[in-house]
Amino acid sequence: MDGSNMDGPSTDTGWTDVCAVDDIWPNTGVCALVEGCQVAVFRLVDDGQEQLFAIDNGDPFSDANVLSRGLVGNLGERLVVASPIYKQHFDLATGECVEDPGVSLRTWRVRVADGRVLIAA
Amino acid sequence: MSDPLRIVVVGNGMVGQKLLEELAERRPSGLDITVLCEEPRPAYDRVQLSSFFSGKTAEDLSLVPPGFFERDGLVLRLNAKAVAIDRSLKQVTTSTGETLPYDKLVLATGSYPFVPPVPGRERPDCFVYRTIEDLEAMTEAGGRSKVGVVVGGGLLGLEAAKALKDMGLETHVVEFAPRLMAVQVDDGGGRVLRQKIEALGVTVHTQKNTVEIVDGEARRHAMRFADDSVLETDMIVFSAGIRPRDELARASELGVGPRGGIVIDNHCRTLDDDIYAIGECALWDGKIYGLVAPGYEMARVCAAHIAAAVPQEDADEPPQFTGADMSTKLKLMGVDVASLGDAHAATPGARVCVYTDERKQVYKKLVVSEDGKYVLGGVLIGDAEAYGTLLQMMLNRMELPPEPEFLILPSGDGAARPALGVDALPDAAQICSCNNVSKATICAAVRDGAHSIGKLKTATKAGTSCGGCVPLTTQLMKAEMKRCGLSVNNHLCEHFPYSRQELYHLIRVGRIETFDELITRHGRGRGCDICKPAAASIFASCWNEFVLKKDKAALQDSNDYFLANIQKDGTYSIVPRIAGGEITPEKLIVLGEVAKKHRLYTKITGGQRIDLFGAQVHQLPLIWKELVDAGFESGHAYGKALRTVKSCVGSTWCRYGMLDSVSMALAIENRYKGLRAPHKIKSAVSGCTRECAEAQSKDFGVIATEKGWNLYVCGNGGMKPRHAELLAGDLDDETLIRYIDRFLMFYIRTADRLQRTSVWRDNLEGGLDYLKDVVVHDKLGIGAELEAEMAQVVGSYACEWKKAIESPEVLRRFRSFVNSDAPDSNVVFVDERNQIRPATPEEKARFKGVPVIAESA
Ligand code: SRM
Ligand SMILES: Cc1cc2nc3c(=O)[nH]c(=O)nc-3n(C[C@H](O)[C@H](O)[C@H](O)COP(=O)(O)OP(=O)(O)OC[C@H]3O[C@@H](n4cnc5c(N)ncnc54)[C@H](O)[C@@H]3O)c2cc1C
Ligand code: SF4
Ligand code: FES
Repeated sequence: MDGSNMDGPSTDTGWTDVCAVDDIWPNTGVCALVEGCQVAVFRLVDDGQEQLFAIDNGDPFSDANVLSRGLVGNLGERLVVASPIYKQHFDLATGECVEDPGVSLRTWRVRVADGRVLIAA
Repeated sequence: MSDPLRIVVVGNGMVGQKLLEELAERRPSGLDITVLCEEPRPAYDRVQLSSFFSGKTAEDLSLVPPGFFERDGLVLRLNAKAVAIDRSLKQVTTSTGETLPYDKLVLATGSYPFVPPVPGRERPDCFVYRTIEDLEAMTEAGGRSKVGVVVGGGLLGLEAAKALKDMGLETHVVEFAPRLMAVQVDDGGGRVLRQKIEALGVTVHTQKNTVEIVDGEARRHAMRFADDSVLETDMIVFSAGIRPRDELARASELGVGPRGGIVIDNHCRTLDDDIYAIGECALWDGKIYGLVAPGYEMARVCAAHIAAAVPQEDADEPPQFTGADMSTKLKLMGVDVASLGDAHAATPGARVCVYTDERKQVYKKLVVSEDGKYVLGGVLIGDAEAYGTLLQMMLNRMELPPEPEFLILPSGDGAARPALGVDALPDAAQICSCNNVSKATICAAVRDGAHSIGKLKTATKAGTSCGGCVPLTTQLMKAEMKRCGLSVNNHLCEHFPYSRQELYHLIRVGRIETFDELITRHGRGRGCDICKPAAASIFASCWNEFVLKKDKAALQDSNDYFLANIQKDGTYSIVPRIAGGEITPEKLIVLGEVAKKHRLYTKITGGQRIDLFGAQVHQLPLIWKELVDAGFESGHAYGKALRTVKSCVGSTWCRYGMLDSVSMALAIENRYKGLRAPHKIKSAVSGCTRECAEAQSKDFGVIATEKGWNLYVCGNGGMKPRHAELLAGDLDDETLIRYIDRFLMFYIRTADRLQRTSVWRDNLEGGLDYLKDVVVHDKLGIGAELEAEMAQVVGSYACEWKKAIESPEVLRRFRSFVNSDAPDSNVVFVDERNQIRPATPEEKARFKGVPVIAESA
């Protein structure tokens, strides 16, 4: 797992348990409801190394809640998801749109404890 | 403000239209332009006229952008001929008796086809080859004829011969001179050209002088020649040269040359300062230019001169017409023919070097200056690859390498010829002669971001007319991109340094079955939304595994991932397979009931099936369970895969049907359903040539005839419609399927990502003939292999939706939220015409949070 995501006890307030890690197939995303917000959670696996990311599920270009259903991968150094509607890419770490840096999505903190995925604002 | 300058343009042909464009671009204020166009339609592309026979319509050939004539100060009169000019009153009289005053008059009247004064030339079914109306009349007569003769073996004559041949006529070319294309090529070239043309099944008669045309015995006409021989034919096309249309100029004493043509100066002005002549009707320095590029240059010069008469800020000295190069390169009946500069070596002291290969039927001649330093001209038949290089060397007076003959000799050792590095060209070199675009302009556009030939065409207009300069323009673009440090390649994306075709081979040859293995062995990084679906598609074409297997699911586009088509609001549509468009009442009722129960919008698609819209992710398996139980299968509307095979009702019901088109459509759809490809594939089967199933607009289409099935391939509707071409005719059921197997697998193997068969075919070297060689004649010897590959895919078909609803692991993924069963509250519908539709943003704001509003919008 991504080291930075592992800090802090799982009992911390503000963290929402959304699902088991295995509920997210490798290199895909799911959508979770967190405090009334739709959050797209992605699980990236590369050479046995795992990383989790969480950004808004809403696609600002189509106004549809779909980003969790996009394809993930990398563009140069950046890890990205492509919107399934009009194919813009969003940086998973920062939420920034690659094609239109003026547009940025909210990112969420995410970590794993005991095989569960936890999300916080 | 002063009164507007009144301009009358006579003729809206190719050059006349160019003038209007040039004037519109310069936009000097205060022009009032009237255009008299004798033809019933505005300007069209005469150069491409012959493509009318291969299915292009008058609209396709139009040179007039939509809305062009709607601007202020521009009036177009169709069917309006100028019949007289009164130079003292400065007015033009039209065929309708109107008089139009002018300040400046431009004659762009082109030329007319010359018909030799042979008695009998006025007989019915004798034609010329100049306008769309001419071609329409030829088509009509062609349908009633068996034999056709073209009089004249020049460039246009050979084009006309091709047209007759394509109409299925026994075709003859009758030429007065001792060789074909006498103006452009010499004796040696003419001989090779003749062999090539005859090999295509056209009979060539040279040194024939027609003396009369009378009633024939077996055919409509009999042509009698000076040597007393006779040729019988049903129709005749005269293509014996052109003559300038200078009748208006003659009548108003404007000055015409001894052999016709309106005399003009370097500004394209006639001897009357207010009257210009441009294009094929104009005579400059004793020369008439029968090509479009010099005409365009005249249009530019003339427009600049007229604009200079209107006071403006940046009044540069207007450019002048200083002659034009007449070099041409064309493909005549599939034969490359090029002629450059002084092809006949008329320059004193010129040295000639000739290369002939009788077996391959190649003829090349190079004419160089006395000192051997410069190219003066040349002739290339059968292989015109060197044309671009030689032309640039000639036009730019570039010094030749020490042994210039190597420029036309084939290289025995396979090493590259001393091709002209585009770097060697001076900046001012004119690359596109039709549109006068220089190397400097092209390079500048590349630096400004035009990194594809399409963008470059938009930015500079290079390559947008005859297209002859596209190869050189592409070379320049690539060179300039390299210089800017940009990569130039056909790589799929940053993760794989291969084209789709190469990747296909790597996967098949290396028996690679997973993306991880593929990227570890042949790529880098993690992949992206380009290479992942492409790889998934190749895996499916090769191994046909379930697309939602755990290691494949992450590669699929949203559509393939959820086995449905995503819509603008994030919901999905459902398209069950309705093979051949045939459906029982029971199944129709099921579709209606399912749609009603889940409140889905229903629509009959353009592909003869029924689409159900507005399902959310979590609803998809529920809906599909009901559909699968009722016997429906996935329609693959979401996949780059076989879509629909449309059918007409065929011989079972229709009084004209030749064969049972519905059964064949069902057989085809069921055979190839689920087949993954570089792009979607569509098909149709019609029961007779009335073609009610529109098979000729499909990737592959089948039409029944008296003698069996005709197979058409590489058609397209969509963005750029293309008529399918006949691959093979009169086939029995089994051969038909065999050819389709081979055709489809060959396409799947070799096409680029997201390339429909039409685009693939347009880029296929060797064209339709090559495709026939591979599919019908099995020249590559891969027929059996292709059939075996297809057999594996056909044998391993399984309905993806049936598998999905049977797999609990897969079903778990069909949820809107991983931690809640709630639907997506952002999906809001309103009623319209008694069905649902997505709410607009304003409606959503009004009804926030309420899933379905039952209110008429
Ligand atoms: C539903 C339908 C329109 C309808 O209501 O009739 C339709 C709908 C879509 N078409 Fe189509 N096309 C439909 C028949 C056609 C036809 C007519 C036909 O097949 O006879 C054509 C022209 C024929 C052809 O393809 O040559 C057609 C040419 C296109 C094209 C242009 C393809 C091209 O080569 O130029 C696209 C875009 C693409 O594929 O890249 C497209 C893409 C689409 C997409 C997938 C666009 C998208 O990504 O959202 C649409 C969504 C489908 C869905 O179900 O959600 N659709 N589309 C038709 C479904 C037919 C079916 O039963 O499967
Ligand atoms: C089949 C074919 C293939 C060709 N292929 C090539 C090629 O590959 N490369 C190449 O460079 N060139 C080619 N050409 C030649 C090219 O089409 C001409 O050079 C070009 O069209 C000349 O343009 P223009 O405007 O001078 O004449 P046109 O295009 O002939 O236009 C003249 C127009 O003026 C109209 N007109 C004449 N008199 C009057 C009047 N009194 N009042 C009103 N209107 C009038 C005519 O009806 C016509 O519409 C080809 C020509 C043909 C027919
Ligand atoms: S294509 Fe022929 S058989 Fe089919 S419906 Fe039309 S007329 Fe009838
Ligand atoms: S030379 Fe004809 S389009 Fe460029």
